[in-house]
Amino acid sequence: MADATPATTDTAVAIAEAVRSGERSAREVLDTHLAAIDAREGEIHAFNLVLADEARAAADEIDRRVAAGEDPGPLAGVPVALKDNLCTRGVATTCSSKILEGWEPPYDATVVRRLADAGAVVVGKANLDEFAMGSSTENSAFGPTRNPRDTTKVPGGSSGGSTAAVAAGFAAVGLGSDTGGSIRQPAALCGVVGMKPTYGRVSRYGLVAFASSLDQIGPLTHTVADTARVLEVIGGHDPADTTSIPEAMPALESVLGDGVAGLRVGVVRELMGEGIAPDVAARVREAAEVLAAAGAEVGEASVPAVTYGLSAYYLIAPAEASSNLSRYDGVRYGLRVDAPTTPEMNLASRTAGFGAEVKRRIMLGTYALSAGYYDAYYGKAQKVRTLIIRDFAAAYESFDLLLAPTSPTTAFPLGAKVSDPLTMYLNDICTIPSNLAGQPAVSVPFGAGDDGLPVGVQLLAPALAEAPLLRAAAVLEEGAPS
Amino acid sequence: MTESGSRRGADEGGTKQWELVVGLEVHCELATATKLFCGCPNQFGAEPNTNVCPVCLGLPGSLPVLNRQAVEFAMRLGRALHCTVEPSTFARKNYFYPDMPKDYQVSQYDQPINAEGHLDLPSGQRIGIERAHLEEDTGKSTHVGGGGRIHEAGHSLVDYNRAGVPLVEIVGRPDLRSSEDAKAYAAELRAILLATGVSDAKMEEGSMRVDANVSVRHPGEEFGTRCEIKNLNSLRSLGRAIDYEARRQIDLIEAGERVIQQTRHWDEADGRTHTLRSKEEAYDYRYFPEPDLVPVVPSAEWLAEVEASVPTLPAERREAVAEAAGVTPADAALVVERGLDGLVLAAIAAGADPLRVLTHADHNLAVEGADALDPRALAELVTMEADGALTATQAKTVLAEMVAGGGSPAEIAGAKGFEAVSADALGDVVDGIIAANADEWDRYVNGDDKTRGKLTGFFVGQVMRATQGNADGKAVTALLEQRRGG
Amino acid sequence: MPQKITRDDVAHVADLARLALSDDELEQFTGQLAAVLDHAADVEALDVADVPPTSHPVPLENVLRDDVVTPSLDRAEVLAQAPAVEDDRFRVPPSLGQEP
Ligand SMILES: [Mg+2]
Ligand SMILES: [Zn+2]
Repeated sequence: MADATPATTDTAVAIAEAVRSGERSAREVLDTHLAAIDAREGEIHAFNLVLADEARAAADEIDRRVAAGEDPGPLAGVPVALKDNLCTRGVATTCSSKILEGWEPPYDATVVRRLADAGAVVVGKANLDEFAMGSSTENSAFGPTRNPRDTTKVPGGSSGGSTAAVAAGFAAVGLGSDTGGSIRQPAALCGVVGMKPTYGRVSRYGLVAFASSLDQIGPLTHTVADTARVLEVIGGHDPADTTSIPEAMPALESVLGDGVAGLRVGVVRELMGEGIAPDVAARVREAAEVLAAAGAEVGEASVPAVTYGLSAYYLIAPAEASSNLSRYDGVRYGLRVDAPTTPEMNLASRTAGFGAEVKRRIMLGTYALSAGYYDAYYGKAQKVRTLIIRDFAAAYESFDLLLAPTSPTTAFPLGAKVSDPLTMYLNDICTIPSNLAGQPAVSVPFGAGDDGLPVGVQLLAPALAEAPLLRAAAVLEEGAPS
Repeated sequence: MTESGSRRGADEGGTKQWELVVGLEVHCELATATKLFCGCPNQFGAEPNTNVCPVCLGLPGSLPVLNRQAVEFAMRLGRALHCTVEPSTFARKNYFYPDMPKDYQVSQYDQPINAEGHLDLPSGQRIGIERAHLEEDTGKSTHVGGGGRIHEAGHSLVDYNRAGVPLVEIVGRPDLRSSEDAKAYAAELRAILLATGVSDAKMEEGSMRVDANVSVRHPGEEFGTRCEIKNLNSLRSLGRAIDYEARRQIDLIEAGERVIQQTRHWDEADGRTHTLRSKEEAYDYRYFPEPDLVPVVPSAEWLAEVEASVPTLPAERREAVAEAAGVTPADAALVVERGLDGLVLAAIAAGADPLRVLTHADHNLAVEGADALDPRALAELVTMEADGALTATQAKTVLAEMVAGGGSPAEIAGAKGFEAVSADALGDVVDGIIAANADEWDRYVNGDDKTRGKLTGFFVGQVMRATQGNADGKAVTALLEQRRGG
Repeated sequence: MPQKITRDDVAHVADLARLALSDDELEQFTGQLAAVLDHAADVEALDVADVPPTSHPVPLENVLRDDVVTPSLDRAEVLAQAPAVEDDRFRVPPSLGQEP
């Protein structure tokens, strides 16, 4: 495991243990990260807002508690970048949209409270594709984020800011949200670990909704162990979220060393063919060999319905989004453009406040739900969703875990896909099925592509099976090409 | 005469050939402590925007959590309306409206909690209920400037205290055929809401709001094009608006025009309905299942608990009184409405004359505390009255005393000096008065009915004076008649 | 699948969604939405007549809370975010009969 730790950045586990033991101060850890921000943020643009003063105050409080003999918690002094669609009380939360510029929520998201209770230190609000709609973080009203591994390339998206912050050493942990791959795909493109938990594992309370039945918050970290630790902190039942799973979060970090001996792992045939770059597919096959060498029974799995995932997703997600984004109407908060009547004021505010991709998805979703089209589009997509769940269930009769690429390619140049939405959407073909099925999946860095940029491989598991999923992820992390 | 001419002729007779068809949609606010999806107080009349939180303000990132009490109230009401309680889901009804914080309303759509019930009017008429579903209320706008009217410019001020208050929308079938029936339906529904305790059902405060779907047709024909009338704040408005709207539609059709399907607003001040929007402008609500809420699937045990919480309903209570008193259910309506049916039934059981008890309950007990009367004391009073020991007027006085301070009717009558005049003694008094007023008696015996009527009053007055009001007027009249014939 | 999405459909949908589009945007969006919907035509081949829809990935039911009052927000904090306020309420232009 020690070999997998990036030399330039500290892991959350290492920081927390050093701070808890008094070996390092939270303030010193923070200053190291703030120095990294000072050095490279101008070039990367990971953040919409850096909270240096607030972070210093929080770090000093952690140090005071350690000095007083208290345990600040499992993330003591760990610097965290929050995706800017997570509500922070009294701190601007923009979703990288002009329509919410300057809005200060009167409450904290559940995950934000849980992080604070565990001793984490929030260093800033990270950039994203506007309202999490995108796969490159280029759809931000405040400008794109760049990939720290190659600043001519996109970091992926929509959690590109949180991911870049981790990859650049601005924060040890990023929190993202994953509706169709928005944690895993940027994790793959930036070379970090990114996980989408089971739908309902992590409370959505305080996550600004994109597509409510698909959205899930998850960690972006340097290591699998960090992911396990963060997930144990932020996960678990929350009565404020009706869709929150009542079962307790299982122990994750303590089982990571248990290995994969006897686990059956299937490589998803339908996600290894057309549209997947050969270098990416090659890394996935190598990853399968690593798992086999560690004692897993590796075979080929078939989940036929995943090929319809993209179609279903681009009807369901925009439909829910069109409704979720109606509230941005200029009445109660956010941008208002004055007009003589309320309907005209709504129209003017929304037209000025939303970017092109958000408008595109609102219109697509409105169309999919509108009179006469519901059955053909939204209704049918919900049925396809059932088929995908059934096919996964069938595959999981023969396999404990599935293996697939995370992104079809490595990071692509900025601007390469912005003019062609469908090409951009195809980035998500390997990640979308887990969102539609509500199942956990993790992207683990596994070597590089022919261009030398990071490749991520994706492990998928049935609902609630985070523990075996992360055990296998730890094996891949250990066996990844250096 | 041509066929069309003949039909035209038939219509000229006025409204007789027209049949009114009315169906009511009633929104009632549930009497929960908190809102439907958040813990803010469900409270009328609070300072603006004080009962609000991220959820009911629809702030980004907030999520709804369903109030168990609201669900149970809805189920209880559903059972009281003889509906079946079904597994239900919530949907989003999407449209832009500044009073609605999320610009969608969370409401039950294709799977409502209550389906297919009915309500029996005091007249015995049965009105179908299509569904009674849960949904959230909107905030409240005040129109400022432009005369405060919704159509005129100015601006609006929005208070979200009411946003998210739990509502049940009760959708009635178009089974009503007059404005009187519509008022009776609304009144009966209100009585059920109060009896079940699920709502305070105050039309003037908006906790019970009635929309009327009105159309006209010739009997036996298909339903005509309907208009929906909003803003009916009292039973009186409901009746007036329906009558106005029916007349408007009949006039349109008789003038050779067509009724256009519209939503119309009742203006109490000018006594008219006004167009709000036509069907062409109707919204495309884009309903879809609310992803933030999960289905409500009542278990058998839960349903049984709810069933046990349904009290005896007004219709059954009217039946009980009608049966005990030998009257029609309609005759029993007033005592049930006043909550005096328990008292009436107990007094009858204690031996009181049923009709006299009903008469007192209808005329003399519209006062606070009447329901706390001791039924045996009431029975005793009614029996004294029936036996002639008290006059009707005296009985009313004694009754008022009993409601105010309790006590036995005999003691109160004694303290007031209401002494029974025996039949013999009363005969003597009457004979004495006749003897002392021979001229009047002669005119009483030989005069016409009109003269006799006047003189009856004279003689009764004389007897009353002689007995200090302790005589029963009816008994005196009877004695006079007896003496005239004898 | 229904017929190809038209410029008029896109204009109607923009209207429903309270978005104003320039002629150029209308043209561009029509083409882009048509491309996405064309791609979605692959589900047409699927026989899903007997397949129930999934609207929640995790099956839960009867998730309810007790009817207990919790603190509301401070009004000043709420109104501080509003674009326009008058008399402690949110001020908006007239709606002109748009009441639903
Ligand atoms: Mg309704
Ligand atoms: Zn609230």
